[in-house]
Amino acid sequence: MPDSMMNLHTLAAALPEMYLAAAFCVVLLFEAFVGERRPGATGTLTLLLLVIGAGLTVQFADVTQRMVLFDGSYVADPLAYVLKLAGFLTVAVGLLYSRAYLQDRDILKGEYYALSLSALLGIFVLISANSLLTVYLGVELLALSVYAMVAFDRESARAAEAAMKYFVLGSIASGMLLYGMSIVYGLTGTLSLDGIAVALNAPHNLGVILGLTFIVVAVAFKMGAVPFHMWLPDVYDGAPTSVTLFVGTAPKIGYFALALRLLAHGLAGVTVDWAGMLVPLAVLTLIVGNVVAIAQTNIKRMLAYSTIAHVGFIVLGFASGTADGYSAALYYTLVYVLMALGFFGVVILASRKGFEAEKLEHYKGLYRRDPLLALAMAMLMFSTAGVPPFVGFWAKLRIIQALWETQHLWLVVIAVLTSVVGAFYYLRVVKLMYFDEPPESLPETVRSFGVRFALGVNAAAVLVLGILPAPLLDLCARLIH
Amino acid sequence: MHDHLLSLLIWLPIASGVVVLLLGDRNIVAGRWFALAASLATLALCVPLVLGFSSHTAAMQFVQKAAWIPRFHAHYGLGVDGISMPLVVLTAFMTVPVIIAGWQVITNRPAQYFAAFLIMEGLMNGVFSATDALLFYFFWEAMLIPMFLIIGIWGGPRRVYATIKFFLYTFLGSVFMLAALIYLYLKAGSYSIAAFQALPLTLVEQRWIFAAFLLAFAVKVPMWPVHTWLPDAHVEAPTGGSVILAAIMLKMGGYGFLRFSLPIVPDACRQLDGLMITLSLIAIIYIGFVALVQQDMKKLIAYSSIAHMGIVTLGVFLVYAIVASSGTTLDAGMGLDGAMVQMVSHGLISGALFLCVGVLYDRMHSRQIADYGGVVNTMPIFAGFMVLFALANTGLPGTSGFVGEFLVILASFKASFWYAALAALTLILAAGYTLWLVKRVVFGPIGNDHVAQLTDLNGREFLILGVLAVAVLLLGVWPEPLLKVMEPSIQHLVTQAAATKIPV
Repeated sequence: MPDSMMNLHTLAAALPEMYLAAAFCVVLLFEAFVGERRPGATGTLTLLLLVIGAGLTVQFADVTQRMVLFDGSYVADPLAYVLKLAGFLTVAVGLLYSRAYLQDRDILKGEYYALSLSALLGIFVLISANSLLTVYLGVELLALSVYAMVAFDRESARAAEAAMKYFVLGSIASGMLLYGMSIVYGLTGTLSLDGIAVALNAPHNLGVILGLTFIVVAVAFKMGAVPFHMWLPDVYDGAPTSVTLFVGTAPKIGYFALALRLLAHGLAGVTVDWAGMLVPLAVLTLIVGNVVAIAQTNIKRMLAYSTIAHVGFIVLGFASGTADGYSAALYYTLVYVLMALGFFGVVILASRKGFEAEKLEHYKGLYRRDPLLALAMAMLMFSTAGVPPFVGFWAKLRIIQALWETQHLWLVVIAVLTSVVGAFYYLRVVKLMYFDEPPESLPETVRSFGVRFALGVNAAAVLVLGILPAPLLDLCARLIH
Repeated sequence: MHDHLLSLLIWLPIASGVVVLLLGDRNIVAGRWFALAASLATLALCVPLVLGFSSHTAAMQFVQKAAWIPRFHAHYGLGVDGISMPLVVLTAFMTVPVIIAGWQVITNRPAQYFAAFLIMEGLMNGVFSATDALLFYFFWEAMLIPMFLIIGIWGGPRRVYATIKFFLYTFLGSVFMLAALIYLYLKAGSYSIAAFQALPLTLVEQRWIFAAFLLAFAVKVPMWPVHTWLPDAHVEAPTGGSVILAAIMLKMGGYGFLRFSLPIVPDACRQLDGLMITLSLIAIIYIGFVALVQQDMKKLIAYSSIAHMGIVTLGVFLVYAIVASSGTTLDAGMGLDGAMVQMVSHGLISGALFLCVGVLYDRMHSRQIADYGGVVNTMPIFAGFMVLFALANTGLPGTSGFVGEFLVILASFKASFWYAALAALTLILAAGYTLWLVKRVVFGPIGNDHVAQLTDLNGREFLILGVLAVAVLLLGVWPEPLLKVMEPSIQHLVTQAAATKIPV
């Protein structure tokens, strides 16, 4: 199908983005006219809009083959379709978990929801990016929305500091990305990733390596790979927990897409070069993330370092430089997002008005106080540690398998060793919840049925996908091959 | 029924465990009875398993195979042969006394306690009956979770240290096995253990894979020098946890050597059997001496377990020395026979001994040998059982302990006089530490006022120790059925182990 043929059918493929842009406006207007009088109504509307969006996507944007639109700057393929559905779902569940939290802290504002939607739009643009400009557009839209979300609680100095750090460091990374892109553009004369993929086919070219270095640094920064991870613990820790939940989940899908579209697709001809750069990054990320997480006493910081450790695994998937590695990274990303939704959800549900359950000791004896919450958290912790029968095990298995296929013996050894180190601090959370007695006087956990039910489904999904992993594994493999 | 028998043996206890969990502590009376009924029902399922088992073939029986992850050629594949079937029965058999032993004793979160043991039972049956390496690993690792909770929740004062050490130690050992299994899968194109066994491998590959397997299995057995988690775990674990650890979980290491190491990397085993025999002899002799000086009853039995498992690993790796010295594979099965009998027998005896310690601990809340003395005066029936199991532990003829040790020592004699001479030291050392324990705890004048107030076994305790005593004696005087069931599988294993897989 030629690019120029703009008919309804091709436009439908871009429906998720168009719908989301419209929904963003609707939410802003709704907040301006209704939201002031009825706090919370905007949140309900946003959830509804997200569900409708997912429905419309299934109905109209279910592409069966790769389609390139808008003069080659946009791509719609089955992978984009699945990732966008995952994005809708992730943001919807995240907002559902956050509602009571926002209300208790007087930040239940329409703008919060509008920013979530614009961040999601940024993620979608990244997912479907097929030219350097679209990539950059997506990166910035996502980043700017998230900076604002981190600073959303105006009263909190910590949040403002975190947002400032994130903004300054993020801007440097964006600059790096632009600089690298401009070098690649200079070498190839095209912005289209398809065009670059054709033009750049000889590895070990000094100019390409220079451009790649900047691009890899920017991607590593966005994903949170060591040594470009400094922002991540501060942002996770300083931001309101609902924002941490947001930052820790949906954008991971976007940054996976960033690495896939930009590196694995656009720069496929020089895979050897960038995969070689990713290997030391991944090793450092695994070691630093897992080791530093042990020393944390704040659960949000601990989970931040744990995120870094998981990013190490995802980067390893890319470092293998094969389609199987990318599909392993995709699987890992989706599984990680599912688990992160769950454990940040638990942190949110354990917090109440005027009380942030962010110290590890706040989880002492959680079993006595709230058995269901503790059970969900225990399942999620075992899953993130990579212990069967939970789904986290398969994610690690897929990465190790991809590394074996490419004969990366030492990477296999480092991956399995660091996951043993990681098991320690996840077990510590279980230990606190199950083996210790609860301290006196902690506020009761959130008891609202709907949220708890959603969290229960989330935790159950970790178990069910662990016992029957075939469908999701299969899907991820099909989407990449 | 036969097609799904193994599935039932796995999922019935797990499902029952979930039901007990849902019944909760409020309905614990119903929960307890349900747990007992479930464990008995699982044991009853072993009846058709034993009766329907043909001891004329080495092939897998009660086979079930369904697609699990088609893209990676992993199957939900189950089956048992002469090596795994007795271990499945042992698992089902030992879970019943564990449930009964916790009956009134466990007052803290009892529903979870019984649920954890039922779920453990299902997972352990899964380990023994998986014919697919990925499924095997799935159960192997999943098992850590209930055990972690059992030690951590119902354990002694240093339970947190012990349980995290236990988890990380075994996890560390296992992840390298996973790496090896994935490597084998990529070469064989399937996760089926049979395919791994048929796969030709160079000596270098075999050595690496052997090392990865060794880490996983040696930690589990445990072999010297990676045994240090076991005494901690045993001392801190509740009675039931100790019983399952000693009776079943340690056997998984031995089972791993038989199912994975010998048939998949036979050439590496042949090359490194000296190392394995040395490690086994160190476990038998050095750990035997360590056991002698223990002050804590559970610690003493834990060290005794390590020494007895040394007999098992010795029996397993004697194959090559026997073939080399006799020139035929005819006698080579003897060491393996001994190892298998020793595993089953040690499961019964160590389980029984831990239950005996549990009986004393429930009354006195102490495991220190020094706190006891003259128990026979106040608990004559208990003393009878304790002495019986202690004698079985030393390998007295007529008890199951004798059969396994005798076979292994006989086999080591065929391999080398010195192996036999050193291995036979176990008889002296085991007699030393076990009988000295019995002398200090059971015999002599009444040690103190607390001992004077002890009451003898109640009906519940009598029942479980009685059943175990019958099993120990039965296996001791009539091991023939067990040996017969194993025979074809052991012979097949000897052929596999003696063959070479190096591609020419």
